[in-house]
Amino acid sequence: MSRYSSMFDRLGGDGALGAFVMLGDPDVERSARLLADVVDAGADMIEVGIPFSDPVADGPVIQAAAQRALTAGVRVDDCLELIAGFRARYREVPVGILTYANIVVARPGFARDAAEAGADSLLIADVPTLEAERFTRDMTQAGIEPVLIAAANTPERALQRVATLSKAYTYCVSRTGITGTHASGQFDKQLIERLKQAGAAPPIFGFGISKPEHVRDALRAGARGVICGSAIVDLATTGGDVRGFVQSLKAATRNESAAQ
Amino acid sequence: MRLDGRFGRFGGCYVPEILVPALEQLEVAFLDAQNDDSFRSELSSLLKHYAGRPTPLTRCRNLPGNIYLKREDLLHGGAHKTNQVLGQGLLAKRMGKKRLIAETGAGQHGVATAIVGALLGFETVIYMGAEDVERQQLNVFRMQLMGARVIAVESGGRTLKDAINEALRDWSASFQDTHYLLGTAAGPHPFPTMVREFQRIIGREARAQLIEQLGRLPDAVVACVGGGSNAIGLFADFIDDADVRLVGVEAAGRGLDGEQHGATLRRGTPGILHGAETFVLQDSDGQIADTWSVSAGLDYPAVGPEHAHLKDSGRAQYVGVTDAQALSAFRALAESEGILCAFESAHAVAHALRLAEEEPHDAILVGLSGRGDKDVAQAQQLIGPSA
Repeated sequence: MSRYSSMFDRLGGDGALGAFVMLGDPDVERSARLLADVVDAGADMIEVGIPFSDPVADGPVIQAAAQRALTAGVRVDDCLELIAGFRARYREVPVGILTYANIVVARPGFARDAAEAGADSLLIADVPTLEAERFTRDMTQAGIEPVLIAAANTPERALQRVATLSKAYTYCVSRTGITGTHASGQFDKQLIERLKQAGAAPPIFGFGISKPEHVRDALRAGARGVICGSAIVDLATTGGDVRGFVQSLKAATRNESAAQ
Repeated sequence: MRLDGRFGRFGGCYVPEILVPALEQLEVAFLDAQNDDSFRSELSSLLKHYAGRPTPLTRCRNLPGNIYLKREDLLHGGAHKTNQVLGQGLLAKRMGKKRLIAETGAGQHGVATAIVGALLGFETVIYMGAEDVERQQLNVFRMQLMGARVIAVESGGRTLKDAINEALRDWSASFQDTHYLLGTAAGPHPFPTMVREFQRIIGREARAQLIEQLGRLPDAVVACVGGGSNAIGLFADFIDDADVRLVGVEAAGRGLDGEQHGATLRRGTPGILHGAETFVLQDSDGQIADTWSVSAGLDYPAVGPEHAHLKDSGRAQYVGVTDAQALSAFRALAESEGILCAFESAHAVAHALRLAEEEPHDAILVGLSGRGDKDVAQAQQLIGPSA
């Protein structure tokens, strides 16, 4: 059973909390500490960014994080080592990589290397379902699960492809635009319903999760979890209380009806 | 998508999922418009009565060899860019969009987009690297005079590629009422195909004009390549003429052996940037490299995917011309022919002069993609006031 499946089983009726960390931001050591911090504070799964110089799907916060990592001289090798280091310490926590197509194609065997480092899934932000199959084939062979994005405006045929190709979970985007905290998502019940009908992997909402109430709204819309990115990066960068923040999001994932 | 958007192994549509419906809508609108007489006649009317087509084909009187210039410098707006912004502007109208966004490097495409925004009544926003905004104040003012808003992009290296990133980000949130008027034959499908079709008129006219003036096809067709729109527009109608050599000229900047150039096809490797699989200047991890050229229009780390295919298949050849060689051709054309061309176009002229030296009897068709007014101040700095 994959780490994602085990996690969803373990959580039962609770939602999964994913925390995003840009690898190498602001340097290798501090991002290793942040990874441990967010898990110790309650994150159920980790999303790690491998920095790319031209991240068109990202808002200013994640862009700046990638830029800091690259300025610090962080290489893809360093990122894979960070994942391996995390994996050695946290055996059960699923790790998903988020990066861009050029990083993947520049390194023959990227999927295999990522799997060997201990990553469980790979999402390539600028590879839509239209172009996905050659990538997902490599991933499946290498033993790393593909994650694809479903958006509220994704037409039915593409949504069917997402359902077929996306394995670990389905990354749901319910508003247009880029990553960031400027606007909270409206968490689209209809999208979740369509994915369920299509037999898609468990839906998880990303983009615009920055408060416990967003977590509750997303879960109420039927999601199995949420991923919080820019808000965590922002706090880590400004020296805020990341642990307390992650704890507050985690508390919001508890199944309300079960608690009563 | 109805078309596969591939040129051999290059091209494709590498964008966030959320943008795919916008590109599908654009492809449908483009294909429908191609078969719609009213669209085609409105576009040709604008090209003729507003933009000034056909542009002349000028045989150089005094430069050595047998060089013919296709005079896109004489088009309204001062460069070939106007051909395709009119096409995309009409498409945007057809799709019911209210707003245009565009990226620009030195400002030529921004000015062209501002022109079509004013003419066809769009709210127009131009993304321009903060570095370029500082260097190209006059073009910024031109855009503003025509009602466009110019946004200085502070991210990354603050130049053209960062402006494209920012325009794509805007479009991810705004595509419902906004058309992204991409400036070159690069980017995700359908842009490379669509921009080629709107620029094809350059080569189509030149081919007919050459047959009329010279009685035959040229031996070589030479054009500068940044993103590659003027080159693909000039090449397109010659691709099936196997005897006609096609030569794209890239910016060799301060030399191809160093790192300060924009010679993507000569020095790049296959990769994926701004929506297309193509040649890219990058490091071994896939991080995009900084580029350099004296001409901002050639200062770009990727290239249109059809050029990648033309290189791969051997149909076209790509060469480099340095800043110094381009500047010297810029001066030669001014002194001998009385034509001030854009620094970009001067790269093509420089290579044509090399070819003319090797084969003085060959007829060489050169894409003179733009006029040099925008570069005069920089030329003065580089050459010195007493030249």
